[in-house]
Amino acid sequence: MIKYSVENGIATLSWNMEGPMNVMNDQSMEAFRENMLKAINDSSVKGIIIASEKDTFFAGADLKWLEHSLNHPLPVKEQFAKQTQLNTMFRTFETCGKPIAAAINGHALGGGYEITLMSHYRVAINNPKTQIGLPEAKIGLFPGAGGTQRLPRLIGIEAATPFLLEGKAVAPAEALKMGLIHELADNKEDMLAKCRKWIEANPKAMQPWDTEKKGKVIYNDAYKIPGGNIQSPKIVMMLTPGTALMMDKTKGNYPAQLAIMKCLYEGLQVTIEEGLLIEARYFTQLMQRPEPRGMIRTLFLAMGEANKGVARPKNVPPSNIQKVGVLGAGLMGAGIAYVTALAGMQVVLKDVSIEAAEKGKDYSRDLLKKSMSKGKMTPEKAEGILNLIKTTDQVADLAGCDYIIEAVFENRDLKYKVTQETEAVLAPTAVFGSNTSTLPITGLAEASVRPENFIGIHFFSPVDKMPLVEVIMGKKTNDYALALTIDYILKIRKTPIVVNDSRGFYTSRCFGTYTMEGLEMLAEGVAPALIEHAGEMAGMPVGALDVADAVAIDLAYKVLSQTYKDNGLTLEEAEKAGKMSKGELVVKLFVEKLGRFGKKNKAGYYEYPEGGKKYLWPGLAELYPVKKEQPTAEYLKKRFLHRQAIEAVRCLEEGVLNSPTDGDVGSILAWGFPPYTGGIFSYIDMVGVATFVKELDEFTAQYGDRFKATDRLREMAKNGETFFGVKKEEAVLA
Amino acid sequence: MAEAYIFDAVRTPRGKGKVDGSLHQVQPITLLTTLLGAIKERNHIEDTSVIDDVITGVVSPVGEQGAVIARTAVLEAGFSDTITGTQMNRFCASGLESFNTAAAHVKAGMYDMVIAGGVESMSRVPMGSDGGALFTSPEIVAKHKVVPQGISADLIATLYGFSREEADKFAVESQKRAAAARKSGKFNKSIIAIKDILGNVILDFDEFIREETTMETLAQLKPSFEMMGQMGGLNALALQRYPQLEKINHIHHAGNSSGIVDGAALLLIGSKEAGERLGLKPRAKVHSWATVGADPTIMLTAPAPSTKKLLKRNGMNISDIDLFEVNEAFAVVPMLYMQELGVDHSQVNVNGGSIALGHPLGATGAIILGTLLDELERQDKNLGLATLCVGGGMGVSTIIERV
Repeated sequence: MIKYSVENGIATLSWNMEGPMNVMNDQSMEAFRENMLKAINDSSVKGIIIASEKDTFFAGADLKWLEHSLNHPLPVKEQFAKQTQLNTMFRTFETCGKPIAAAINGHALGGGYEITLMSHYRVAINNPKTQIGLPEAKIGLFPGAGGTQRLPRLIGIEAATPFLLEGKAVAPAEALKMGLIHELADNKEDMLAKCRKWIEANPKAMQPWDTEKKGKVIYNDAYKIPGGNIQSPKIVMMLTPGTALMMDKTKGNYPAQLAIMKCLYEGLQVTIEEGLLIEARYFTQLMQRPEPRGMIRTLFLAMGEANKGVARPKNVPPSNIQKVGVLGAGLMGAGIAYVTALAGMQVVLKDVSIEAAEKGKDYSRDLLKKSMSKGKMTPEKAEGILNLIKTTDQVADLAGCDYIIEAVFENRDLKYKVTQETEAVLAPTAVFGSNTSTLPITGLAEASVRPENFIGIHFFSPVDKMPLVEVIMGKKTNDYALALTIDYILKIRKTPIVVNDSRGFYTSRCFGTYTMEGLEMLAEGVAPALIEHAGEMAGMPVGALDVADAVAIDLAYKVLSQTYKDNGLTLEEAEKAGKMSKGELVVKLFVEKLGRFGKKNKAGYYEYPEGGKKYLWPGLAELYPVKKEQPTAEYLKKRFLHRQAIEAVRCLEEGVLNSPTDGDVGSILAWGFPPYTGGIFSYIDMVGVATFVKELDEFTAQYGDRFKATDRLREMAKNGETFFGVKKEEAVLA
Repeated sequence: MAEAYIFDAVRTPRGKGKVDGSLHQVQPITLLTTLLGAIKERNHIEDTSVIDDVITGVVSPVGEQGAVIARTAVLEAGFSDTITGTQMNRFCASGLESFNTAAAHVKAGMYDMVIAGGVESMSRVPMGSDGGALFTSPEIVAKHKVVPQGISADLIATLYGFSREEADKFAVESQKRAAAARKSGKFNKSIIAIKDILGNVILDFDEFIREETTMETLAQLKPSFEMMGQMGGLNALALQRYPQLEKINHIHHAGNSSGIVDGAALLLIGSKEAGERLGLKPRAKVHSWATVGADPTIMLTAPAPSTKKLLKRNGMNISDIDLFEVNEAFAVVPMLYMQELGVDHSQVNVNGGSIALGHPLGATGAIILGTLLDELERQDKNLGLATLCVGGGMGVSTIIERV
């Protein structure tokens, strides 16, 4: 695990764990302790270098081990003892008197960087790809091995906060500039030589915050943190706005961020020993919370698996997609063409005219221009990417494509027509993917002569930014088509989830419940601002009315009309028969009577003044008078999240979703279901299935069957089951 | 229970609370010793040991306002060293709180004669110098949604629908009234000039008043808290408590908010018997008082509830009160008070308020009580009420009655 060697009186502890990376877990920390003590206690050793045998230095916590410890949390007392032990150990090392240098040959992240922070000197190989930082906050945790105490003491409170609160990481050159490391090296030999040279020159070393008294290294009570101590006027001035900004970003939903602020505020006013104790307490408390558990499970582990192609059928040999045809050069088609060319594949971008296709290509031109102006791309490379996109109005040009993505208007007849004319020029091995967001794939596949090669590939807008692609299996879609589709999605570096055919599939269907619930609230007389703020406070990226405007109200109207039409009703008939919900009637009114289509015509639930900030349309108050008694934001938050979650449960039970894990990943990546929950099914576990069912019953009584719990959920509640096999009492913090 | 009487009320002029303010060169202790000397002299107190205690409000009791400035002032003023001193902090109502506490001691029969008031030299010990967990601890700021008071004031404006124009109109009126009061010498009875060691007058009038203020001049001013609210996430934090509001309408600026000034005020309070022993004629009786807390985010709405609580306990009606002093921390504070209680502006702050005159935090409560007493005497009215909004979401109301 650690290679120990002594040369010229300098001990080198070189990390070399089994597995691809050096990580922090119980075993590795025990080995570290033993080896460090060996060096410290050996009187012939005058200094210590901590290094790595691998390409990277140290990757941080072993997340599988971390997930295990989160799923099987230690009793508070034991967890705290464990944290304290780790912190005491690091503190013992940094006060041992012997110089300790860290040789950062590659990534030093999280616990890995905390090991180097405990060292007295840090030398890193100047590789711009190396990342140095503390990413814990991104997965709902915080640096719990002294990071919240050492980094601000080293570089200052203000400078340390992006690393701590946002999980920032930087390359070595930047790390040097910011004071995270001391020196850059050209290569491994140079790095180790610099470490040795520093040790030779500094036979005794201690941290900047320490001092020596009677031969012992102790904390310097008069230590001045760079940029000011907590109670200095400058920092005091920043504390209220700093907390407010954090609260604005997190809405109070992410316990790690607040805990970090508390570690800074409390820990930096006392000795580092006390600060480490404070950090250990907050870390222990955080480990009992459901948020980090869900975030690690979904954002790291599940997403990692998905990105490795866990959903790809193993029986299909690897494919080599070279040429992709994109039908329709509208917003979606243009975006798809861009990401495909960016990944190095040839693209045939077809529309009804060359002009229309070129207009679609302009999208790539614009984005590449932006990348160039930011210095992220050379003109040559941009030119190369553009050359990969061939525009056309001829079906014949699609010949030779390995993969087709149809992104024409959401019109069944049109989709039938392009499917048939395209298939006519394709090889039988080509796969035809339809980027429909609502039309059932099995139905669309009826137009195909090879329905087994027909699949749904649902992108999100804007394509270049949205990380998820929802793959929809038609009834006849085979493993080959699925494998190729996943190969393609991984090539464009997006995350796939695979679902089965149904109206709205998984993502559109569940996302639609969020906006529709907002419209229901509006029609009930809930204050529009309250609807919007409650959505944001629940952790949704934007308010329900806001996103409904962005998606376009007339689009919602079209989907609604199609849905009723498929059930043999016009909207008029549906309204007369009392079948339309209050929220659906809002959509109907806005499109048919008011002509307010959303952001696209600068008139929706919001007003969009020229050059000004948008604001809620004052006309809402006349149409839907605000009730005197308003619900609390807490209540509405729950209503929004529960409504989406019960729809996801239905998707799972109906077989649209294959697993709660897919549901979690899709919910966060597709429509921004709050990440702190760990996703939509983790959310139910977090609430507790029994509580969830009970609250659904209350909502059902109040608002109708759209909230109705399924029988299976009731059974789960009765049996104490959960979606992720964590016992309820563990999942819910009292 | 015994009654507590007011025998005298004095205050310093209010100097601009900046480096170019006239009182910037004066130590806060000097403001207090000057007033102590004036009380001794005006009331012919030969033997100051008849006084039990000196209680002063100080909102930033640090630096030269720290270490119990009241006791320091007793010693420095040459008063008997048998007199104790203590300092109180109820933010902006500290001066009134000191007064109420002094009255409580007298009413309880524990003190015979006591001096109470407050001091704040804001040019020398800036607001916020004392830090405080309420404004710095992330735990507390996040949980209780604590925002700077200017944002709270704008939140009131948004929630209750007060416009910038209405607030400016109120501010212009405050300036007009204050200027008229100063011109006609209405403040002369209580103001004690601050002099240097050579006996030269440094300041003997309220220098903060801007007589020339009009709606037009105020219209030039930019909202003071808009940038702060938007850049720092503070508006967003406040809206997490008030999610029914789309946004905060920023209407307050330097011209319709209270001025930052230096100043002090003291009152002489005692029992009837103690007054008689000194041959003093009581000017008013301390009738009653009440404090109440409210939501800390909006912070400044509690004056009306504190008055309601007080009236209810006394079995009184708002119409029983002849004159009001409602501290003009921000224009919306008295505006909301008048709206909530149905009081006409003609009865409120008849000599202007803190918008025109300034608000030396620890002293203002005692200043407005003195102003109220002077005006009751001038108009020969009976009952007066002084109230202030208080940081952390509190309110205090005190009623005095002429005798």
